[in-house]
Amino acid sequence: MSLVARHLEANGLPTVIVGSARDVVEYCGVPRFLFTDFPLGNPCGLPWDRSMQHAIVGQALGLLETADRPRTTVQAPFTWKADDPDWRGRYGRVDPAERDRLLAAGRKRREQQAAASELKKG
Amino acid sequence: MSQASKDKRDDARDIGIVSYMERTRQYYRALGYEQDYVWARFDDVPFAPLGKPLAAVRLGLVTTASPPGLGNRDTRGVRHVWSGEIAPPPATLFTDNLAWDKESTHTEDRESYLPIETASALAREGRFAGLASRFHGVPTEYSQRKTLSEDAPEVLARLRADGADAALLCAL
Repeated sequence: MSLVARHLEANGLPTVIVGSARDVVEYCGVPRFLFTDFPLGNPCGLPWDRSMQHAIVGQALGLLETADRPRTTVQAPFTWKADDPDWRGRYGRVDPAERDRLLAAGRKRREQQAAASELKKG
Repeated sequence: MSQASKDKRDDARDIGIVSYMERTRQYYRALGYEQDYVWARFDDVPFAPLGKPLAAVRLGLVTTASPPGLGNRDTRGVRHVWSGEIAPPPATLFTDNLAWDKESTHTEDRESYLPIETASALAREGRFAGLASRFHGVPTEYSQRKTLSEDAPEVLARLRADGADAALLCAL
């Protein structure tokens, strides 16, 4: 999505990204970024929380209007669920006990990717 | 550095922002991939000022989700930019193929990642002029070349065809 934002801006169309992978977006470099510090999947607010979603989208609109330079990041003023304080450690964590299973899954995945690549070549 | 030390260092970082790039590197190494993914990085960042008051802006929405049934794939399995109508908004979209935190949350509420109704409400309140009639879906690709040479220009062309003055890009 960062690459798309850059292309749109380079062609004169202003953008604002709403997302939760701050390191990825800022490493690439984008014009305007509203960072929601949530698990990946709900950048526009907690599921079914219309009030929070309204606030986040409204803040993104404000950023679109007020940013005066590229690489402008603003953080949404919300924190993830209080009853789930351990979410940061969960995504993509490699459990050492799972290494053999992951290696086998990787082998299977590479075989599928090779087959798909052949198909795309036609 | 030992793996335990690296894990400890990563945990320390997680008090603040999650390091998704480092997590991704470690995960794909565990899957047996020998080459780390090379993330896109640029020194220069383009910037287009908003050329009119926000209240006069027609806004386009862009998502990384796929249509139900993955109808944006061609016969060779290649995914393409796709578009959907704002009214009526789709009840659900397909997100299972994206890398979001499936242990911590869910995507059953489409507004939590593609806020069509929320943005429409803000337009009715006068914050901006209104949504473009379509939203657009862009595939998340391993190939940065495909995104840069095919998908990003296609999204731009569709936004221009819709008369969009600016775009809100929501990345799962």
